[in-house]
Amino acid sequence: MSTHTGTALLRGAGIGRTAAGAARRADPVLLGAAALLCAVGALLVWSATLPGDGSSPLDSTGHLRRHLLHLLVGWAVCLAVASVDHRTVRAYAPVVYAATTAALVLVLTPLGAVINGSRGWIVVGAFQFQPAELAKVGLVLALATLLGEPRDGESRPMTRDVLFGLLVLALPLGLVLAQPDLGTTLVLGVIFLGMLTLSGAPVFWVVGMLACGAAAGFCVWWFDMLEPYQVARLATMVDPTVDPQGAGYNSNQALIAVGSGGVHGTGLFQGEQTHGRFVPEQHTDFVFTVAAEELGFLGAALVIALFTVVIWRILGVARGCDQLCPRLLCVGVAAWFGFQAFINIGMGMGVVPVTGLPLPFVSYGGTALLANLFALGLVLGISARDRGFE
Amino acid sequence: MNVYEPHPAPGRTRSRRAGILAVQILVLVLFAALGVRLWYLQIPRGDHYRELAVANHHQQLVVPATRGRILDSAGRSLVSNRTELIVSADYHELVGMEDGGLAVLTDLAEVLDVPVEELQQRMRLCGPTVERPCWPGSPYQPVTLADDIEPSVALQIMESGDDFPGITAQAHAVRDYPHGATAGQVLGYLQPVTQEELDAREELRTQFTGIDQVGRDGVEAVYDTELRGTAGVRTLAVNNHGEVMEVVSDERPVPGSHLVTHLDLRVQKIAEKALAEGMAAARPRYKADSGAAVVLDVNTGGIVAMASLPTYDPGVWQGGIDQKAFDEMLSEEAGEPLLSRAVQGQYPPGSTFKISSLSAAVENGFSLRSTYACPGSVNLAGQNYENYEGGGHGTIDLHKAIVVSCNTVFYKFGYQLWKRDGGLHPEGEPEEAMAEMARGYGFGSPTGIDLPYETSGRIPDREWKRNFWEETRETNCERGERGYPDIARTNPSHASYLKRLAYEQCVEGFLWRANEAVNFSIGQGDVLVSPLQLARAYAAIANGGTLYEPRVARALVSADGSETREIEPVVAGKVPVSDTTLTYLQKALTEVPKAGTARGAFAGFPQDKVSVAGKTGSADAQNRQVSAWFASYAPADDPQFAIAVFVSQGGTGGMTSAPIARTIYEGIYGFGDFDEPALPGGVPRDELPVVRSDGSIDVLER
Repeated sequence: MSTHTGTALLRGAGIGRTAAGAARRADPVLLGAAALLCAVGALLVWSATLPGDGSSPLDSTGHLRRHLLHLLVGWAVCLAVASVDHRTVRAYAPVVYAATTAALVLVLTPLGAVINGSRGWIVVGAFQFQPAELAKVGLVLALATLLGEPRDGESRPMTRDVLFGLLVLALPLGLVLAQPDLGTTLVLGVIFLGMLTLSGAPVFWVVGMLACGAAAGFCVWWFDMLEPYQVARLATMVDPTVDPQGAGYNSNQALIAVGSGGVHGTGLFQGEQTHGRFVPEQHTDFVFTVAAEELGFLGAALVIALFTVVIWRILGVARGCDQLCPRLLCVGVAAWFGFQAFINIGMGMGVVPVTGLPLPFVSYGGTALLANLFALGLVLGISARDRGFE
Repeated sequence: MNVYEPHPAPGRTRSRRAGILAVQILVLVLFAALGVRLWYLQIPRGDHYRELAVANHHQQLVVPATRGRILDSAGRSLVSNRTELIVSADYHELVGMEDGGLAVLTDLAEVLDVPVEELQQRMRLCGPTVERPCWPGSPYQPVTLADDIEPSVALQIMESGDDFPGITAQAHAVRDYPHGATAGQVLGYLQPVTQEELDAREELRTQFTGIDQVGRDGVEAVYDTELRGTAGVRTLAVNNHGEVMEVVSDERPVPGSHLVTHLDLRVQKIAEKALAEGMAAARPRYKADSGAAVVLDVNTGGIVAMASLPTYDPGVWQGGIDQKAFDEMLSEEAGEPLLSRAVQGQYPPGSTFKISSLSAAVENGFSLRSTYACPGSVNLAGQNYENYEGGGHGTIDLHKAIVVSCNTVFYKFGYQLWKRDGGLHPEGEPEEAMAEMARGYGFGSPTGIDLPYETSGRIPDREWKRNFWEETRETNCERGERGYPDIARTNPSHASYLKRLAYEQCVEGFLWRANEAVNFSIGQGDVLVSPLQLARAYAAIANGGTLYEPRVARALVSADGSETREIEPVVAGKVPVSDTTLTYLQKALTEVPKAGTARGAFAGFPQDKVSVAGKTGSADAQNRQVSAWFASYAPADDPQFAIAVFVSQGGTGGMTSAPIARTIYEGIYGFGDFDEPALPGGVPRDELPVVRSDGSIDVLER
């Protein structure tokens, strides 16, 4: 282990020399698709945060300007991370993991703030952030290190590694669940399952973990561990018309917004559902409905297509890696983005229960955007270095 | 190649790559599924969701139209509108609360200063077993919890809306009855619309919002649509908090038309007062439990006045009637004040019916120029029939037979016409001359007046008897066989009499007997007429034989006066009597208040100025005191008004009813105690009151 770390650090000394070159060699399709998503996202956030009183969009750019600032910082971080050799980043994995986990603990102290029923924020003056978003990066890095660097003589993680990985998962998972933030908990679980499945770990473990996931879901249902609102959300997903003013309200209004978009949509800034604020959280969790209503099938399908491209390409980068660690890192990021995008888009169209998850690259929210772009930077960095190998 | 990394086996690498490819394809499939779902929602289902979206952002606010006023023929308000503040509750919202809204109602009761029990009672939906107060309307309408509240209380509720979820306080237009109970049954009342009515009147459904009332009786019910007007619809674009973003469209309400009636407020009040005083005068000797007076315009069928006692103030229905008042409305003890005796009451007409019997006899061969014996009693088909109070008048002509109201002359007509048809066992189709003539005068069927629930009365004949027998045979035959064991225990002789009667009815109850035909001729037995039918028949005699469909409504005038729809008189038919007979009858009736049975009642009446023609009637019925009738018209030489007065169990017509009619005539023409005529010139008004474009109404004063 120590040998590896030392080598990585040594290599890290060459950052300045290779940074520009690395960025140039990075997967241009992935980079372009992600950038396009960010651009569309900025427009949607802008539209979703207009006051809806018919005033000019140019008069209400508060959220937009903050969002653009987030994007600026995020892309700077992304490109910086992409320039660094992933082995250098990997060296800091334990530090990142420890730091994000510590932040999750902080959330539960008086420093944490409750927003939307979940103690998921740390507020310091005007600055506020969501440690749970960063915990996703921490987990991906930590698991990639653990599962991707089997002990000498082994080419794949063995039982000991898996058990250790479980421990690494359990810590942030428990902390996030305590907030409580069911959505992020699920994301962490899916990241773990995804990485484990493709790590080459014993089939016994993979099947076992999947079975455990199913069993956990069953227990939650059987022992009434879900909050009543969560049960109601599940019920309304099956039939959103059950209680259109209550639990089904969000789902129902989202469906109306999506459905009323038609082929071409109402046009940007023109959506009546959007500007009447019928869909809640439309600049974050339900941002997709804004795309569907205002940009229509053409725009919303483009968003779905862009996500397909992003995830396909990330997995493509993973496929190109001959080392397990970076490959798993890509798989973890793909699982994260894929799951979150699928859930977010799906709940806007009534195919999955309402879960508070932002749409990567698109939704408003600085921490999430930073985490997304950081992760993208990791993948881009890997693509820049490992592509030449094939 | 990094030499420090362990070298993975080529086979394993390949399989891992295949695994990733599989995941890539899985991702492709999942996101394609999202795309398909997106397509399904936006393209095939797009129209559906666009409709929902419009319903979402557009809130339709129904602006109720002001209900038209009801005016008398001079333009005086009989029913108008005023605004009051009411508190109402959303039924479903309150019932949906965990405690059924108890907490909210408790708070509200404190503010309104009423017991919470009362509010709870008002929240219940009315049903057969639910005591008033309860909500008679649809549960989808706001339930009125308190009406006519103080503005300060309303303000308190409006300002702290969060403390009273589901409760609203708002201004609400209600009917105003400036003259209380006057013409109560004619005007009718309003009640909240029921779910059944909403279902039945689909075209009106969009018209209803808030606390909607529909006319439930009288002209309020018959002319409901016209009085209601058309509600306006304001379409507002709203956001998710219901905040109004803009007004999309604004359809103004069209106020309901004013209903100008033939009623004259003064004559109506005079008639009601005269009826009440006349009934009071008949007591205590007679019960005089109820009565009616109808004043008709003989040339149009217009209802100039229509009184029915006991009466009620339509205002009691407003804001939720309590059980006591409601019971009283329907109770026999209180005299069923809801019931209009003039239109819904049916009674044997007694001697007032002789106009029909005389016409039947004359049109069937009995000469107007002949004389007829008027003995104290006659024996017909083995039964003795007496004159009223037993006196005879010798041999008289038909003129005198009317003037002195000689029963025996008419008994013989009835008997002979019955015999001519074949008596008990007619061969072929019987002519039923008496019944046919009665129907010719408009008896036995509704007059077609513009008021609900009109009675048809009853004109019995052989066919009616047979139908009645068929309906009752089963019971009669059973009784004829088993008798009346209950009655036999206390009164065996009466029971055996009843048993014999039932047996007879069972075997030959279909027979139209001589005594029935004889009684028919003087308006007794099974003959029933309504005071309105009788007034119309006398109006027909007065106007030369035309039967009009009586009308309360004279015209509908739009709220700004720009449009007037006159309700033209409708001719229902012609009395099947020759002009000679009509003239003869007119002359005879003219004599009655001067030298006949109504002489006493009209003593001192200035017959030289206005000559009154009429006929008294005193009707007997089993287990009831004699009921008083007077049917008339005036002036005899230029008829304008027909008046029929009826007092149930009020004594003889000459004693009780004729004086009431006299008072009404005095009021119309300004005689006696009346300083000025209620109807200037002694004729019904022919011009309409003017409704100005600003909505004000010029009351006619001639």
